[in-house]
Amino acid sequence: MTTEVGSVSEVKKDSSQLGTDATKEKPKEVAENQQNQSSDPEEEKGSQPPPAAESQSSLRRQKREKETSESRGISRFIPPWLKKQKSYTLVVAKDGGDKKEPTQAVVEEQVLDKEEPLPEEQRQAKGDAEEMAQKKQEIKVEVKEEKPSVSKEEKPSVSKVEMQPTELVSKEREEKVKETQEDKLEGGAAKRETKEVQTNELKAEKASQKVTKKTKTVQCKVTLLDGTEYSCDLEKHAKGQVLFDKVCEHLNLLEKDYFGLLFQESPEQKNWLDPAKEIKRQLRNLPWLFTFNVKFYPPDPSQLTEDITRYFLCLQLRQDIASGRLPCSFVTHALLGSYTLQAELGDYDPEEHGSIDLSEFQFAPTQTKELEEKVAELHKTHRGLSPAQADSQFLENAKRLSMYGVDLHHAKDSEGVDIKLGVCANGLLIYKDRLRINRFAWPKILKISYKRSNFYIKVRPAELEQFESTIGFKLPNHRAAKRLWKVCVEHHTFYRLVSPEQPPKAKFLTLGSKFRYSGRTQAQTRQASTLIDRPAPHFERTSSKRVSRSLDGAPIGVMDQSLMKDFPGAAGEISAYGPGLVSIAVVQDGDGRREVRSPTKAPHLQLIEGKELDKAQEDILKHQASISELKRNFMESTPEPRPNEWEKRRITPLSLQTQGRKGDHLFKDILSVKEKYLMPTIWTVEEKAQETDKTRAPESEGPCTGARDAVKSSHETLNIVEEKKRAEVGKDERVITEEMNGKEISPGSGPGEIRKVEPVTQKDSTSLSSESSSSSSESEEEDVGEYRPHHRVTEGTIREEQEYEEEVEEEPRPAAKVVEREEAVPEASPVTQAGASVITVETVIQENVGAQKIPGEKSVHEGALKQDMGEEAEEEPQKVNGEVSHVDIDVLPQIICCSEPPVVKTEMVTISDASQRTEISTKEVPIVQTETKTITYESPQIDGGAGGDSGTLLTAQTITSESVSTTTTTHITKTVKGGISETRIEKRIVITGDGDIDHDQALAQAIREAREQHPDMSVTRVVVHKETELAEEGED
Amino acid sequence: MGTPGEGLGRCSHALIRGVPESLASGEGAGAGLPALDLAKAQREHGVLGGKLRQRLGLQLLELPPEESLPLGPLLGDTAVIQGDTALITRPWSPARRPEVDGVRKALQDLGLRIVEIGDENATLDGTDVLFTGREFFVGLSKWTNHRGAEIVADTFRDFAVSTVPVSGPSHLRGLCGMGGPRTVVAGSSDAAQKAVRAMAVLTDHPYASLTLPDDAAADCLFLRPGLPGVPPFLLH
Repeated sequence: MTTEVGSVSEVKKDSSQLGTDATKEKPKEVAENQQNQSSDPEEEKGSQPPPAAESQSSLRRQKREKETSESRGISRFIPPWLKKQKSYTLVVAKDGGDKKEPTQAVVEEQVLDKEEPLPEEQRQAKGDAEEMAQKKQEIKVEVKEEKPSVSKEEKPSVSKVEMQPTELVSKEREEKVKETQEDKLEGGAAKRETKEVQTNELKAEKASQKVTKKTKTVQCKVTLLDGTEYSCDLEKHAKGQVLFDKVCEHLNLLEKDYFGLLFQESPEQKNWLDPAKEIKRQLRNLPWLFTFNVKFYPPDPSQLTEDITRYFLCLQLRQDIASGRLPCSFVTHALLGSYTLQAELGDYDPEEHGSIDLSEFQFAPTQTKELEEKVAELHKTHRGLSPAQADSQFLENAKRLSMYGVDLHHAKDSEGVDIKLGVCANGLLIYKDRLRINRFAWPKILKISYKRSNFYIKVRPAELEQFESTIGFKLPNHRAAKRLWKVCVEHHTFYRLVSPEQPPKAKFLTLGSKFRYSGRTQAQTRQASTLIDRPAPHFERTSSKRVSRSLDGAPIGVMDQSLMKDFPGAAGEISAYGPGLVSIAVVQDGDGRREVRSPTKAPHLQLIEGKELDKAQEDILKHQASISELKRNFMESTPEPRPNEWEKRRITPLSLQTQGRKGDHLFKDILSVKEKYLMPTIWTVEEKAQETDKTRAPESEGPCTGARDAVKSSHETLNIVEEKKRAEVGKDERVITEEMNGKEISPGSGPGEIRKVEPVTQKDSTSLSSESSSSSSESEEEDVGEYRPHHRVTEGTIREEQEYEEEVEEEPRPAAKVVEREEAVPEASPVTQAGASVITVETVIQENVGAQKIPGEKSVHEGALKQDMGEEAEEEPQKVNGEVSHVDIDVLPQIICCSEPPVVKTEMVTISDASQRTEISTKEVPIVQTETKTITYESPQIDGGAGGDSGTLLTAQTITSESVSTTTTTHITKTVKGGISETRIEKRIVITGDGDIDHDQALAQAIREAREQHPDMSVTRVVVHKETELAEEGED
Repeated sequence: MGTPGEGLGRCSHALIRGVPESLASGEGAGAGLPALDLAKAQREHGVLGGKLRQRLGLQLLELPPEESLPLGPLLGDTAVIQGDTALITRPWSPARRPEVDGVRKALQDLGLRIVEIGDENATLDGTDVLFTGREFFVGLSKWTNHRGAEIVADTFRDFAVSTVPVSGPSHLRGLCGMGGPRTVVAGSSDAAQKAVRAMAVLTDHPYASLTLPDDAAADCLFLRPGLPGVPPFLLH
């Protein structure tokens, strides 16, 4: 008997401040950060008790110390500024994810880890705390809601800060560890309140002390893409991120995730500066000189939101071409050169340009007169192209080059033959001379590792083979191997995953690199880009003459000739792309503000097709049947976890959503909803058959199988948490559990994932390290490292490819579907559980403070819910279901309420009627008949003003906790509507049991609990979904 | 012999060479061809020329047959042309190398950029090169070596050039060809299937693959002479 009780609680907050606070806090925090960094860490260390005057830098230092020797004691630290994203921070930190969280995590980690001789118990305790993480998150969030006046960022510091002033530093630490844990366990809201007050006081105190600190700074110089140099002073222990952010700010660049900073390690080796680590540690004794470069070449530059980003990409490519890194034919050199001229000089003017010596430009590594003539000739044909258009054309041509975005590394194969390994968006390419001799797409690669100077990839068995094979390459040296490995990890994460993987937990004797890519993934950055809301920034295109000269090392003045000011500055002008150029919708509202919808594309597509798609995938897709076209649109607009705010890259995993600041987004959203949700929804129903075929077909190949394999393999590799659950729950529950961990938790909850992944990795790296007994455990020096792309494919990628995931799961064990999607309504799990019944209870708790609920959202949600059940029997619609329910969760509320025309509603309603059917006939899922009942209780108040007002989403998070027979998924969404902030909590409780459970009681209990937990909120909706298996017991 | 413009199969000119009588003698058989009926070959050649000109509307250039070059009509081996660049090959068989001279001249007259293979160690038969519209595959066969493939890569730098091992006596294009913009047509022999699998691994672009019962049938050209013209297959 399976009972699912879901309570969706919605809370509306009076305090509009909550929202605004949160946003304001962020810039402030940045500033504070920097201040902190500039304070002298050394001094602090010596002095005893000014605990409040903790600086971030000292924290970093401490962390470093811990890492290196773990011997030096560290003085106190108070991280009152450590504000944002408490729960996430905790999770990461406790998992030892030091690299992941550049700043905040560190602090937390120290609380728990720093204590060197931490007794075993404490370690244990630490472990427990870790397990508590989920619950704690929940608790904290609740607190948040109750205290709208206190921004959530302040939370984290609370527990720690509290004790600092009173106790002696040295003893403090241990206490602190315990205390922190206690706090977590208690989670009492009242207690926190008082602490918060203190925090604030401390903060003020600290601020005053900070001023008096001395700073040790280092000057860094960064060579920018236009050849100019940017220099700034950095605190000695600053992390890479700080510098990178400064540079981006200087450049006025928002879409910065494609870029990075390089430093020259040796004449032939350049390394990417890891933003999460201290610059000093990475540079060692090198001078603080960097170059700003493109790190991840966007496969489709037209999807970039801003022209300024494209401009920098152009500059990079011009360098790449001039230096020969990006080989082109003569014709292409000429064509690209002509676009460069058009962008920099404007229309060809015989009087003005006839005399220009084109040899000052560098269009190719070796430039001939013939080429220059050809360039000039082509330049004449581009008349009328704006600089931005010329750049776009440039990119359209450059992106097709076969070496575009391929990062080459010299290596030898197993026979000692010189080859090159090229890392790119799609995978790993093997070149011999200029010829491509092999290729390993990401889905084919199971594991990437390195050991000393060897680099290994473990490859999925080919069609006819049975065994995985490991292929080794010899790199020139250990550092080169590590660098290649890192680049692979980063590229895989960036292009293939939805959100970055958590770094493996630092265990006691772990060897090997814990490195993981910590920035945003392409999917995330694209999401974030859609929210860029500023008039197109004004920037000057500088002549590439300068670029070419700067390649020779000659310093050039900034104000050098820019022969033409290319920007009139009008925002509108920029959006006037040539028709063929931008395939995305460009909507311009009355203010001339530009909204470019750049849907995330690549990952979905790859999975749908089961094949790799290339850089120019769009071209290809154009030719595909309209079905897949539609489907693609549909898929690609699947909302994903989005970063909370543009500037904040680290937060991403926790916050599911982003906020749109202006109503302008409506335009875009209407478009997207209409095109991408609405149409397919309706349409799918009609075209089910075809759709299924299409969807099914690829299922068996490529990534799909990959994911399935991975799912299985993670079953095989045991891990503690899972083990426990398995003991208690039936066989099939395993899948569910895993799903819960991997998926539902995933946005915020590191622990689930990490626990799952980590032991595996651990195991392997230890086995590896046993071979190499000499390898050091210091992270910079480690000899081994490995990375398994496919764990993430199951856990991370899945989030976006709902449909695909479903099917994967479906086949082996249909039961898995039950809990699979966040919003998925449970269905009968017919496989092995006799007489299972599922009840979903959704409780919507709502505190209605002067604002109207959004009716659209509700009904959509509800519809989705029911639709799910109704269409369950047939599998095709499930895709729709998955997506639609996503609409409810992930998409900004206003989209739904404003842009979902009534049609959608009716559609939903229809389906919800259908859901009243009591029997589900399963096509593929075997045999067991189930009964499905859905009861919805809804407060009348909800149906208020229709979608006039649109909310702005602030944060959203999903928390999952589990016990023996219940799984609670809490989904918290915060929105700001007008001046009113609203917090909405949805709880889904799935109760699974075999008949002994009194469902009514469970329901009552759930509602009661919800009320208790949120006394100041009101329950607005309760949806009970009960599924009973009829076959054996025939009850209900 | 088409001159593909942008993409696959766009072409304006066709270059063919007459069938010499010597083709029927031993030389032809040596190249793996069955003994053939000269009259039939010449007849077919005439039909081909007619089709190219009339049905496809291509400008047909015909080189005169030369008795000293029995395999002269197999022009595909002598040049690789993409865009405005023509790579004049260096056929594996020394006897065939003089074939390129006439072709070079003709292509030069068309205003193509001519690229020569200077390397004495390189061998390259044009029919080992398959252009898919997006990338090149070069068959490493009995006829074409790594160095030859490298020169293809050097010549057409915009494109990925991947090598495909080809077993047996065939050329790559004797095993497979392009049946359409994204369709690889291949014979069903082991060698052909192996080549297609290798290509599938190497490519960044997904191609549909169409398997024909007969390897020889896969030796086809996809041509799109006009803008919206009907794309016919040419079985050679």
